[in-house]
Amino acid sequence: MPTLEDYVARVEGTCGAEKDVIVFFKYDKKDEAIGTILKKAKLNNKIAGIIFELTFENFSFRLYTSGKAIFRSVKNREELNDLLAKLLL
Amino acid sequence: MDIQAIRQDFPILKRSVNNNPLIYFDNAATTQKPRQVIDAIRDFYENHNANVHRAVHTLSLEATDLYEKSREKISKFVNAKEPSEIVFVRGTTEAVNLVAYSWGLSNLGRGDEVLVSLMEHHSNIVPWEITGKLKGFTIKYADVKADGTLDYDDFESKFSPKTKIACLSHVSNVTGVINDVKRISKAARDNGALMLVDGAQSVPHLPVDVQDLDVDFLAFSGHKMLGPTGIGVLYGRKEVLEEMPPFQGGGEMIKEVDFSQAKGCSIIWNDLPWKFEAGTPNVCGAIGLAEAVKYLQGIGMDNLLSYEKDLTTYAVERMRECSKITVYGPSDLSKKCGIIPFTVKDLSSHDVALICDNYGIMIRSGYHCAQPLHEDILKIHSSDRASFYVYNTREEVDRFVEVLKEIEQL
Repeated sequence: MPTLEDYVARVEGTCGAEKDVIVFFKYDKKDEAIGTILKKAKLNNKIAGIIFELTFENFSFRLYTSGKAIFRSVKNREELNDLLAKLLL
Repeated sequence: MDIQAIRQDFPILKRSVNNNPLIYFDNAATTQKPRQVIDAIRDFYENHNANVHRAVHTLSLEATDLYEKSREKISKFVNAKEPSEIVFVRGTTEAVNLVAYSWGLSNLGRGDEVLVSLMEHHSNIVPWEITGKLKGFTIKYADVKADGTLDYDDFESKFSPKTKIACLSHVSNVTGVINDVKRISKAARDNGALMLVDGAQSVPHLPVDVQDLDVDFLAFSGHKMLGPTGIGVLYGRKEVLEEMPPFQGGGEMIKEVDFSQAKGCSIIWNDLPWKFEAGTPNVCGAIGLAEAVKYLQGIGMDNLLSYEKDLTTYAVERMRECSKITVYGPSDLSKKCGIIPFTVKDLSSHDVALICDNYGIMIRSGYHCAQPLHEDILKIHSSDRASFYVYNTREEVDRFVEVLKEIEQL
């Protein structure tokens, strides 16, 4: 049974006034993670072939082909984990 | 300067990131390491590794010799009067903390003032705020102008008989502005205060002479000047260091620990600089840093500064071609080093940095550990920062601007 730890290498709050959260996917799992997320989330925009602007359950986020995702409005780690679990598992 | 030959010395520059050649523009955070430094570290561990001082065996003597010769080399690099004024620490942060805790706790009290500027890195603010709360002294903040340059009149006007130390970064880690440390040192002297300089962004990029600047303390980090992480330097004027109590206790920093049941423990501190180097020091880090200094001396600090200024001017001019990009800092580029803070209209700094990363370009985003400068002076919530070093090229700047122009179209 896969878990979030299989896909997520690290989660970091960004430095600056914006309280964004960046999720770093594990390098060897990033393509699988991106593929799974793209199947589940709604694609609003694809920018320059490297950024996907997505929506999932009222959350907007950006997914980068380099294996990172930036979430803007998650309240806490629990909410983020819940969201990631729905997107990835 | 043969930049292509210099680039050959840095193995990491041969790698690619996200299928693009690596362009490393995060040098204000840390620099890459030349093969000479990597080889010096390897040589130490392969051939000379032992603990320094006191042991009588051959390896310890070799390690001690290498360690103390590194101190001598670094001492000459910043023109200290003698090697005993060079204390090895973990980095700039630890150096400032050493001063705040050792000198600050024993010399400052209620009614005293510490004068710092609003452009300081958090590492030159927080240690004073912490010790200020412990001892009841006040921290006064000198203003910075909207273009990121120091308000010298405000700084000088805030000196008073209560001011015991002035603390200023030589070069801002956000804007790259070079401060006239000599002018503030003179004001500190005239007011009977000590002068501490955060040299984290200056020692790696320009000639620094502690005697000419007439400072009491200079703090800098090895990893920002081609050396390894975990090693840094506190230069301290000998007369001031001698009067200071140790920062940490343990082995190495004592001459004698004499105990009797009747009298208890009697301790005699070691001589300078070992009084401030408790425990086994970062021997290999010091050796690596000395090799980095040798490498920089081979280039010449004047040459390095001139090259970086030229590259920065070129980069700023090229970035001005981008209509959605705002570059912060003084318009007179002769007043700054190779650090360019900028924002892109309607995009968060982190998005910009992530997009650059996709193209193999490493830049920084956020506050860069200088929240007061961002919020109170530049009036922005975060910024992106491109920062250069001796191995960066105009071709890399061209590629960077190409990517910025693509970002503008998003």
